[in-house]
Amino acid sequence: MTNHWTDIANANLVLVMGGNAAEAHPCGFKWVTEAKSHNKARLIVVDPRFTRTASVADYYAPIRTGTDIAFMGGLINYLLTEDKIQHEYVRNYTDVSFIVKAGYGFEDGIFSGYDAAKRSYTDKSGWGYELGEDGFAKVDPTLQDPRCVYQLMKQHYSRYNIDLASQICGMPVDAMQKIWDEIATCSVPGKTMTILYALGWTQHSIGSQIIRSAAMVQLLLGNVGMPGGGVNALRGHSNIQGLTDLGLLSNSLPGYLTLPSDAEQEYAGYITKRTQKPLRPGQLSYWQNYSKFHVSLMKAWYGGNATAENNWAYDYLPKLDIPNYDILKMFDLMGQGKVNGYMCQGFNPIAALPDKNRVMAALAKLKWLVVMDPLSTETSEFWRNVGPYNDVKSTDIQTEVIRLPTTCFAEEDGSLVNSSRWLQWHWKGADGPGEAQTDIRIMAELFLRLRQRYEAKGGAYPDPILKLSWQYKISDEPSPEELAKEINGYATTDFIDATGAAIKGNAQLAAFSQLKDDGSTASGCWIFCGSWTETGNQMARRDNSDPYGMHQHLGWAWAWPANRRILYNRASADPQGKPWDPKKRLVWWNGKVWGGTDVPDYKADVPPEAGMNPFIMNPEGVARFFAVDKMNEGPFPEHYEPFETPIGINPLHPTNKKATSNPAARIFDSVWDSLGVAKDYPYAATSYRLTEHFHFWSKHCKLNAITQPEQFVEIGEVLAKEKGIVAGDRVRVSCKRGHIEAVAVVTKRIRPLQVNGQVVHQIGIPLHWGFTGLTRHGYLTNTLVPFLGDGNTQTPESKSFLVNVEKV
Amino acid sequence: MASQDIIARSATTTVPPSVRNQEEVAKLIDTTKCIGCKACQVACSEWNELRADVGHCLGTYENPQDLSAETWTLMRFTEHETDAGNLEWLIRKDGCMHCAEPGCLAACPSPGAIIKHVNGIVDFNQDHCIGCGYCITGCPFNIPRISQKDHKAYKCTLCSDRVEVGLEPACVKTCPTGAIVFGTKEDMKEHAAERIVDLKSRGFENAGLYDPAGVGGTHVMYVLHHADTPQLYAGLAKDPAISPLVGLWKGVSKPLGLLAMGLAVLAGFFHYVRIGPQVVEEDEMPPPLKDPAVHEVDPSVHTFDPRGENRP
Amino acid sequence: MIRKEILRYTAGQRTNHWLVAILFFMAALSGLALFHPALFWLSNLFGGGPWTRILHPFMGVVMFVLFLGLVIRFWRANFFIRNDGLWLKRIDRVIQNEEEGVPPIGKYNPGQKLLFWTLLACMLALLLTGLVIWRAYFSVYFGITAIRWAMLLHALAGFVLVLSIIIHIYAGIWIKGSISAMVHGWVSRAWAKKHHELWYREVTRDEHPDPPISKKG
Repeated sequence: MTNHWTDIANANLVLVMGGNAAEAHPCGFKWVTEAKSHNKARLIVVDPRFTRTASVADYYAPIRTGTDIAFMGGLINYLLTEDKIQHEYVRNYTDVSFIVKAGYGFEDGIFSGYDAAKRSYTDKSGWGYELGEDGFAKVDPTLQDPRCVYQLMKQHYSRYNIDLASQICGMPVDAMQKIWDEIATCSVPGKTMTILYALGWTQHSIGSQIIRSAAMVQLLLGNVGMPGGGVNALRGHSNIQGLTDLGLLSNSLPGYLTLPSDAEQEYAGYITKRTQKPLRPGQLSYWQNYSKFHVSLMKAWYGGNATAENNWAYDYLPKLDIPNYDILKMFDLMGQGKVNGYMCQGFNPIAALPDKNRVMAALAKLKWLVVMDPLSTETSEFWRNVGPYNDVKSTDIQTEVIRLPTTCFAEEDGSLVNSSRWLQWHWKGADGPGEAQTDIRIMAELFLRLRQRYEAKGGAYPDPILKLSWQYKISDEPSPEELAKEINGYATTDFIDATGAAIKGNAQLAAFSQLKDDGSTASGCWIFCGSWTETGNQMARRDNSDPYGMHQHLGWAWAWPANRRILYNRASADPQGKPWDPKKRLVWWNGKVWGGTDVPDYKADVPPEAGMNPFIMNPEGVARFFAVDKMNEGPFPEHYEPFETPIGINPLHPTNKKATSNPAARIFDSVWDSLGVAKDYPYAATSYRLTEHFHFWSKHCKLNAITQPEQFVEIGEVLAKEKGIVAGDRVRVSCKRGHIEAVAVVTKRIRPLQVNGQVVHQIGIPLHWGFTGLTRHGYLTNTLVPFLGDGNTQTPESKSFLVNVEKV
Repeated sequence: MASQDIIARSATTTVPPSVRNQEEVAKLIDTTKCIGCKACQVACSEWNELRADVGHCLGTYENPQDLSAETWTLMRFTEHETDAGNLEWLIRKDGCMHCAEPGCLAACPSPGAIIKHVNGIVDFNQDHCIGCGYCITGCPFNIPRISQKDHKAYKCTLCSDRVEVGLEPACVKTCPTGAIVFGTKEDMKEHAAERIVDLKSRGFENAGLYDPAGVGGTHVMYVLHHADTPQLYAGLAKDPAISPLVGLWKGVSKPLGLLAMGLAVLAGFFHYVRIGPQVVEEDEMPPPLKDPAVHEVDPSVHTFDPRGENRP
Repeated sequence: MIRKEILRYTAGQRTNHWLVAILFFMAALSGLALFHPALFWLSNLFGGGPWTRILHPFMGVVMFVLFLGLVIRFWRANFFIRNDGLWLKRIDRVIQNEEEGVPPIGKYNPGQKLLFWTLLACMLALLLTGLVIWRAYFSVYFGITAIRWAMLLHALAGFVLVLSIIIHIYAGIWIKGSISAMVHGWVSRAWAKKHHELWYREVTRDEHPDPPISKKG
């Protein structure tokens, strides 16, 4: 979230789209009801289904799954043509005036630089700003230059008129207009809309671009950095934010630092590329500090073995031969027999990954599979025949499966990072059962044994293991406190920080502004620096006072970065440093320093006149409508159909097959054959979660099992009537990859949509059941999901695929 | 227990202690804020240590399918299309309403099996419950259920054990959206009034409070978008009252019946005293028709034997 | 010593009657315990409230089955005859122990016959409504309105039954010789002639030489 849970109470309008907050985040949803009851906020829900969130909404409109960019693109067009934007904000805090390079182009759905054979934009050189001789980006403050971002954006979205958007989305024109009108009212300074989304936006082949399109809307309305505004991802797992923060992705290092590629064998080159110089005068461009974060990380990992002489152990870092080994890639390789063993920690891939049958076949090719989990997951029993629910021949599977039972979150101390970026410390509630061990213990022992092996037998390159710093008091089970302190960071020696304060060696660091690239500081994750200081564990704070009545609660737990609750909060004040609206005040310039109800996301002593802009992480200092080369599908979001589209064409580019679906999505050659077409599988399906369950965990809990005991699918009344299905019937939902059977819930809440001149029916498929646990056995819903993903995040397209439905 | 003095007691005809003057409590369920997450259902099960069976999906979101001895509260879902063609998903938390004039208490034959506390909570005391099910018959909301395990009646207690020590009911504590609130009945009415103003401003002209007078008001109240048609909410009674059948059965008719029986006995007694028995004077008896010796030898020949009476 | 020469009830009939009577008392006392709070103490006779609730319906069913035995034995004798109407009209004289103008009647007087049919009706009503409100086994098959009606009718039928039995018992006390007839079986000729003259005539007709053509099978 750019903002945070309690801040939702500051919103005037809440748009829930690409998510079902009431269903999936009922506790956080209380802040929506707060906004409604105390702020007279209105709630709008846009979703393929009339959801639990819709049940308490002021307005609901249906949308065809996977068409959100058409909706947002139309909205951008509407806001621009009707001039319903926050002018001063857009002009000062965004890149509208920046001149784009001549090399950038867009033709019939494809941006410049596309290599159709490789299905990717191999040449992104045109996707950038014209630079002047001074090295700064050229701008046209009048916004008249046809190559300025404003004009290009206007031109790009001029195609998204309301009729076309309605035809693509299946949303009636009047409903769409009503929502757009209401959203447009939030362009007034002081009136804010918050957007709440979740996997309903991420799990598409165009997921990242959907979210970007929403961010563009919020920028046009001046709602980013504002209380009650922002673009807010409601994270699914209690600690999935922590996962990305700590860089548990194949190409990431902690704190959104990145792993070097094969081509980056030189340390200096690696750092220089990531140390971005300001693109406009007077801008902060905070990533200029990259080397401080990186060196501190390497000191945390390798301690005294990371020295200036060995480039802070740069050679110990793996170098990526391909952009990343994401989970789709790994299982594709596994399916090809190129992976022998798999450590599966807190993950249930045959349930969570798309195309269960493909995942099963891949697992069966492993020599060994280690599953670390508190529960007996389907993955750990993938070899077991469970009738129709897991119809395998066990004797054909030679994979050796080793289960290591772990404790669960309630059985250990530690911290979780929630959607608000709050690190909240939690305390063990009970001991783990039986032989369960903490994940820390298991990983520590694994490491110690590996190290022993390397010590004894050498190996091709033992240094990254042997030189690792391992200073824990109990070496086979480091305590969560020790780890948290190490992640925060400490002084490796006495030094004087940037403010002139003398820091003693071994002292906990107070903020990442103290980090240095000379080896005098260590920090396991720079954005977490400040979470465990000399004054103690900041994550354990539980002071919910709110002195300004702005729902910021700075004394509750600790938020990264720097206990800042709302990102880009400098943008909540006008260029002169005064809040846009006194009721929406976050930070302001008091004549000497920035301060207020939140920790300023800014250099605190820079006066407004200096012209430093609020988006300090960007070298431009402003927010980007034009994504430059950061996105893999192009600088502006463009609507592409789901890979399995019920209408067969992209109405924006009806004749260009290449532009039907995302031309830069993650898809492997072997997957094309597994995709179905509307002729055989006419219904658009979407998968989702229910409030009664949590993923595939809670089916192991009796109370959850009681509240939703058996797998079902939701079918609209009209389609059900056509098919002779009544509520309670068993139906078979099939796609080209397999089928499931479930009970039919026949509902008024899914209505047929008029899309591109045809009727599209949608099917809703919740996903919590499987063949372990206390609920009735069910089929793994992801049997139906195609094995492909977003072009940037590789997130599978679990929300849009084609199926057929028959009564059993 | 001071906060929970008993003010009414089933099958008890005398006045229970009722001198102490205490405020009534109420639970307010705002259906317009409810998202149907069933957290209240689970919290109820956890606090009260209840575990229903893992059932089946019968084509709705409702699970378990109905209230039971192990399910004291249940979310009921209704899909409703308004005249304007707008869809509404009306979700109501069903359970005991804690009526001011409880039908269950009126119907219960076992003294003290059902009690009403002065704060308004209607509670079942399973120790005194005989399992007859009369409470079910008496309830205008069809709430109590008899357990098939122990044949005792169960229903929501409004967490009387928690309220007793100053806590809110478990469902209230857990409700994530604040759709369930708890306090004095007066405060709850005030809160409801605010909610109704908000709802009217959002176009729900008929928004209102459900606190039906037919049962003397309830200590579980609803805020409804459509207070004019509560039936929309999975058949919530429009004008609930103790059924006239139950009223007749448990009302004046029974004392009158008892009186009639008593009078019948008395009538007999005085008839006997005043008029006396009918005694057969033996001189009226005609002489035996036959030789008694013969009669004695074989009575069956000479006497009437009713055993043969109905033989074909 | 009065000689009793006429057998009014056989041993089987007497046994059946008294079994019904015992069951009636059990069912009625347990029913009354649930009928009104003032009588709930009666439940102690059966081991407390729950046992009362458990036993009552079974006792009721057994009573009904046994009562059917009485019905089979006596139903034909309880058809109304011509004199019964007049007898009923002169009930005031009957109550006053006067005999003038009270017509002779058969084995059962019309009051007894009315009682017989009332009992039958009540027993049937109690059985049927009792099944509906029998929570342990049958109530699940009925809607709440049906159950409420059944409750009401069950109580009503029970009330009528109890009232009828009170009259029945008193009549037995009042008409000397009736109880012993039901205890020992025999009545005197004078008793039979006085209370059931037509029956007496019928009985004594048997004593004439010509055998009754219709009675032997």
